[in-house]
Amino acid sequence: MAGVIKFGNKPEILASSAVGGDTEAKGNLGKYFDMTDPTDRFGKKTFEQAESEMQRLALNFALKKSGLTPDDLDAVFAGDLMNQCTGSSYGLAEFGVPFFGLYGACSTAAEGLMLAAMTVNCGYFERAASVSSSHNSAAERQFRFPLGYGCQRPPTSQWTATASGAFILGLCSGETGVVLSEALPGKIVDKGITDQSNMGAAMAPAAASTIHRYFSESGMHPDDFDLILTGDLGQEGHSICRELLLSQGLRMGENFSDCGILLYDSEVQDLHCGGSGCGCSASVTAGYVMKKFAEGKIKNILLIGTGALMSPSSVLQGLAVSGIAHLVRFSKI
Amino acid sequence: MNLTNEEYGKYVKRHALPSPVVKDTVKAFVIGGTICAFGQALQYLYVAVGMDKEIAPVMVSVTLILISVVMTGLGLYDSVARHAGAGTLVPITGFANAVVSPAIDNKAEGLVLGIGVKLFSVAGPVILFGTLSSVVYGIYYYVMKLMGV
Repeated sequence: MAGVIKFGNKPEILASSAVGGDTEAKGNLGKYFDMTDPTDRFGKKTFEQAESEMQRLALNFALKKSGLTPDDLDAVFAGDLMNQCTGSSYGLAEFGVPFFGLYGACSTAAEGLMLAAMTVNCGYFERAASVSSSHNSAAERQFRFPLGYGCQRPPTSQWTATASGAFILGLCSGETGVVLSEALPGKIVDKGITDQSNMGAAMAPAAASTIHRYFSESGMHPDDFDLILTGDLGQEGHSICRELLLSQGLRMGENFSDCGILLYDSEVQDLHCGGSGCGCSASVTAGYVMKKFAEGKIKNILLIGTGALMSPSSVLQGLAVSGIAHLVRFSKI
Repeated sequence: MNLTNEEYGKYVKRHALPSPVVKDTVKAFVIGGTICAFGQALQYLYVAVGMDKEIAPVMVSVTLILISVVMTGLGLYDSVARHAGAGTLVPITGFANAVVSPAIDNKAEGLVLGIGVKLFSVAGPVILFGTLSSVVYGIYYYVMKLMGV
């Protein structure tokens, strides 16, 4: 089995952008979004259409920042949480760019980045984009209860982020100087968790497996990185992941955090364990992390996009929720 | 990771933050109790203004349903319910909310295939098994009566 992929031709992130909803604007990272909408509707009639609109806006912002037009893109790798990936297909149709629809649950941002980097690194595409999104109201409707239904959420539950992140990758031209240097695709890990309101626990073993594989194969050490970010394990899953890694002899330091924990203000917002959804890791990376690179505050980070693989039917049929975690390494050159 | 699925499941259960049962119960009791006390006060009021004593309790239910429906429509109901838990679920308010919230939610999918199909997506099982158990009870009552009990 192929191990850690090393991108020798330095696929660079030419531009990135993040779009978010109201809860995200009020969170810890509100100022890192290119645009937020206090209504969560982005001028659309339904939340599903709003999610598509977020993807359209995010890719548009990224194109503007890079000074490119849709014609300059050879492909877009996109995904979301909605049935049949319609968030992406409706949102990105008007660009007229060759389209790959992805479903990696909440790990889609890392999956899209990895695939875009592979195609650019090999020279199949000169430039490729990666876009992903989730919308709290669209996801709640699909996976849980109607929006106005009054119920109590358990302390281990997480909040699906209303957000989208877009990246444009191309061969290194020194635009941002941030390249994808390595990647490690994740394996599906099933540890028998059936509790839909504890996704962190369902995904933590997958994250631990990918992180452990990366450090045993790459020869790197956790202290070599400014930040090691899991996608959306939340407080519960992140703490489990840390303990699992420790039990395997890998002690993670203070630089080990999680996009879902960073995104919201846990003191004020009462969103239990933190954020989740494709838009969570996508917007935190495209907004906050890329800004920190631009400010020169960080030089080397790992993103481990985590996803919970299940459907409303699989949950009702009592099947376990399995996890997946894709790793990508960002380096400043 | 060497844990078996069973061991991991036990570990996760131990690790998970438990629900604050005492706090939740107190909140449910206070909010649920307030709703019931409010209902009782309404009943006294309705009788005081001259409503028939048989009709007043029904009108109390109708009023509580109306308040619950309007609050669901305004998006206020779930903000109360997340604190109240069973306090808003058990009184008739919970049932009204369970029917109205999917109706609002599925408006975009159309009157028939949206609202019509999804209206009872939450309350459906309650109606079905409620009706079934009343049939069972009816048969039991009939048989007992025949036996002269």
